Amino acid sequence: MGDDALVLAQRLGEWAGDAPVLEEDVALTNIALDLLGQARTLLSLTGDEDELAFLREEHEFRNVQLVERPNGDFAVTIARQLYFSVYQELLYGALAAGDGELAPLAAKAVKEVAYHRDHAEQWTLRLGDGTPESHERMQRAVDGLWRYTGELFEPLEGLGVDLPGLHGPWRETVADVLRRATLTLPQGPDRTPWAAGAGRQGVHTEPFGRLLAEMQYLHRAHPGASW
Amino acid sequence: MTTTAEPAAPAGQAAVAAADQDALRAAFDAAVAADSRIEPRDWMPDAYRATLVRQMAQHAHSEIIGMQPEANWITRAPSLRRKAILMAKVQDEAGHGLYLYSATETLGVSRDELLDKLHTGRQRYSSIFNYPTLTWADVGAIGWLVDGAAITNQVPLCRCSYGPYARAMVRICKEESFHQRQGYELLLALSRGTPEQHAMAQDAVNRWWWPSLMMFGPPDDESAHSAQSMTWKIKRHSNDELRQRFVDICVPQAEVLGLTLPDPDLRWNEDRGSYDHGAIDWSEFQEVLRGNGPCNEQRLERRRAAHENGTWVREAAAAYAAKHGEAQG
Repeated sequence: MGDDALVLAQRLGEWAGDAPVLEEDVALTNIALDLLGQARTLLSLTGDEDELAFLREEHEFRNVQLVERPNGDFAVTIARQLYFSVYQELLYGALAAGDGELAPLAAKAVKEVAYHRDHAEQWTLRLGDGTPESHERMQRAVDGLWRYTGELFEPLEGLGVDLPGLHGPWRETVADVLRRATLTLPQGPDRTPWAAGAGRQGVHTEPFGRLLAEMQYLHRAHPGASW
Repeated sequence: MTTTAEPAAPAGQAAVAAADQDALRAAFDAAVAADSRIEPRDWMPDAYRATLVRQMAQHAHSEIIGMQPEANWITRAPSLRRKAILMAKVQDEAGHGLYLYSATETLGVSRDELLDKLHTGRQRYSSIFNYPTLTWADVGAIGWLVDGAAITNQVPLCRCSYGPYARAMVRICKEESFHQRQGYELLLALSRGTPEQHAMAQDAVNRWWWPSLMMFGPPDDESAHSAQSMTWKIKRHSNDELRQRFVDICVPQAEVLGLTLPDPDLRWNEDRGSYDHGAIDWSEFQEVLRGNGPCNEQRLERRRAAHENGTWVREAAAAYAAKHGEAQG
């Protein structure tokens, strides 16, 4: 979970200064900052946040492949945000309702992710039900990322949340947003032999290595230095 | 605005209008002299309005172009804490851009018009953002020196005669001071770190010192807009006064940092109670203003590309709003 938040924060950080309107520069950076905060809290529970972020290699990261997918155009970024934020809202909701170690953290984060979900939902509506061009781009984006969504619901041991059980509610919520956005729920497989739970086992997609090379280079160039 | 298509007013009416103009002008002058604030609905001279639009737009543009050199390091920040601080800072800059565009819109121009002028090179942004961020230490040098110079310039603007600008500056200065302290703290960590980190910090200060001094604008005897802006109380201190104030603040701060400033002529002047500094290379400043700095093309190109790539998104939002009867902002 910490890796999911860290990697998505890194992707959103790439948008800074390039958003379609100034308000979106604020919003995307704000979401990235929330996710980075979640990542720091979660990584710190298992060790030193910087060692974990900067000194692990690709195969040691356990994030889902969805969050490492490149930003693409604004529609791809929004589709990725929609899929992931609906998942996170359900996950944190379930964690907050439980009595596990992560319940207090989840209770705080659930407010952030509700805002992220609303942001993604509002943009999905605007792009889906906007112009013919935006409709087409948004449909292509939700279709293209669909096969990375199944992995979100692979069981995670020790989490205390029935992830496969969240798949149904996730699908209903996403289907409802897409319907209101005049878009079609993708019909293809939501996982492939290459992507079914692979990220959680340390098997990633090609662009991920480059993401880490950029993120880690400076930290690795000065071993032992503090910043 | 010329209204040559309209019939000429009868002589008597023109005389009344002229008398009204004189009264309005006198009321404006009195308000400025009394340190009252001029508000959007108040009468103001056309030249006052034009000066404010130029200065405030340039200020807003600087905030959004200024996101680029720092955002350049977001993905490469060497610790998660520093990455979070830098993201928050770049987010604040976008927010400052928003306040300043809103404040400028109170003068009767739209954000779209202003952005168009930026994209076509008809309005400027601060020359400092045409310098590249080549190492992580540059992020600290920008915080300490560039934000420091900006604050020195902007604190007096909190008392500027135009109300919306003054109020925007109060909010912005609070956040800028915070950024400046963070930049200073970043450099301090580097300066006290490994020899490589110390060298990185010194190199950054060497490259950013002179461009920061140029942020105060040309020397007083060559500053085209200064006298009028001071009469209107848009500006409260001269370029050279503010530059001197900045140098006097920075020298002891550099000593605490354990870094040197790249000026062999920098020394305390007992008689003036200030630091003397070496001559500024104004030819470099002029070149950067002419568009020939290291990153002018890159910065403007990236801003234009972000705007153009976002066109379909803005069109989608407008089409959706029209279909669903939303008010468009």
